[in-house]
Amino acid sequence: MASTRRKRLLTTLRGHAGAVAALGILVLLTAGSGRVAAADYVVRDYAIPEPLTATPGDPQRGAAIVVDRARGNCLSCHAVPVDADFFGTTGPTLAAVGARLNAAQLRLRLVDPKVINPMTMMPAYFKTEGLYRVAPEYAGKPILSAQEIEDVVAFLLTLK
Amino acid sequence: MRAPQPVRRVLVAAAAGVACFASAAEDIDWGPYEVDGRRSGYTYAAAETRAIQDDDFENGGLLWVEKGAELWETAHGADGASCQGCHGDAAESMRGVGARYPVYAAEREKLINLEQRINQCRTERMGAEAWRWESEPLLAMTTYLRHQSRGMAVSPVIDGPAAPFFEQGKAFYTKRRGQLDLACIHCHEMNSGNMLRAQRLSQGMSNGFPTYRLKWQGVGSLHRRIRGCNEDVRAETYAPGSDEYVNVELYLAWRARGLPVETPAVRN
Repeated sequence: MASTRRKRLLTTLRGHAGAVAALGILVLLTAGSGRVAAADYVVRDYAIPEPLTATPGDPQRGAAIVVDRARGNCLSCHAVPVDADFFGTTGPTLAAVGARLNAAQLRLRLVDPKVINPMTMMPAYFKTEGLYRVAPEYAGKPILSAQEIEDVVAFLLTLK
Repeated sequence: MRAPQPVRRVLVAAAAGVACFASAAEDIDWGPYEVDGRRSGYTYAAAETRAIQDDDFENGGLLWVEKGAELWETAHGADGASCQGCHGDAAESMRGVGARYPVYAAEREKLINLEQRINQCRTERMGAEAWRWESEPLLAMTTYLRHQSRGMAVSPVIDGPAAPFFEQGKAFYTKRRGQLDLACIHCHEMNSGNMLRAQRLSQGMSNGFPTYRLKWQGVGSLHRRIRGCNEDVRAETYAPGSDEYVNVELYLAWRARGLPVETPAVRN
């Protein structure tokens, strides 16, 4: 299936002028905090082929995000081949996930996994729309920034 | 071939998790703590935690029961009235009350839960001020009253005038919320028995509340617990005692129907 979907996240622009990337695929508008406030990406064949940022993902930073309870908190639900005492069992193991899925597939599974499975428990890590009663301190903010998504993708790809 | 150290740790942890779940689900006869597949949080608690609940001399929640018994006999407010003055022996007059609350209150045209009924008595009949939510006296009195139904089957009324409020509670329970976009069902129906990091997910049964939580080092209300879950999914919370939480309290009581009132239960 060659479904192409454009997804636009423009919730917290507040009139802030941004830089428009080439090809019109990726638009990154940064707020004063440096956090990516909005982005445009293309879903194709249940994947997001293009990276969300111009800076390549860093697997070491990604590993730190994965175990950080305040950011990825991935160990809450997944077994991950890292050194830790406890792993959640509500999600599948991420051992060898980099052999099963490519970067584009992993990117969509982080950005908005409900595109693939509307019933999933997995949060959308890069989504600010279509959510209900988000606590004020998190309103309009994705769980991870675009660069953090790329870092986590880079780390997951090392799990072969 | 030996897997690298971290990978082996994951495999061992995963295997241990599966083994624990299998034994809990298949081998153990939980007696009254399991009714038609509905399992009290007691059945998901660690053996040491269950042992604390089972021993009234170890169960810290009994301190709140004792405090509640004192308050029951004490005169409050401008009218110099005590609970006992009207209701007599709580062991008789209050037996069964905690098993059926929350109930529809015609004078309010909505549900009323135990905490609210206590405060209604204080403000409308005793000339006393309402106790603040989660205050020690309100927790103590609620725990004491619910304790009078310990061992009785949770048996809420969900039809008649309570029906629309029950439906609202059910809708709350199944509605995704917060930045993490999770509904109660995702953890407590689809994943009960599974691990959330080091914490075993239960079915989210309410039959032990107010509950002595080891994490709290004290007794807390059901609404405090629900609010904590809402915070965990980064959702905007409701106030304890709000209509939303009272409605979901009725839905939770229905989910726990047939399970014994355990107040005060002991949990992590």
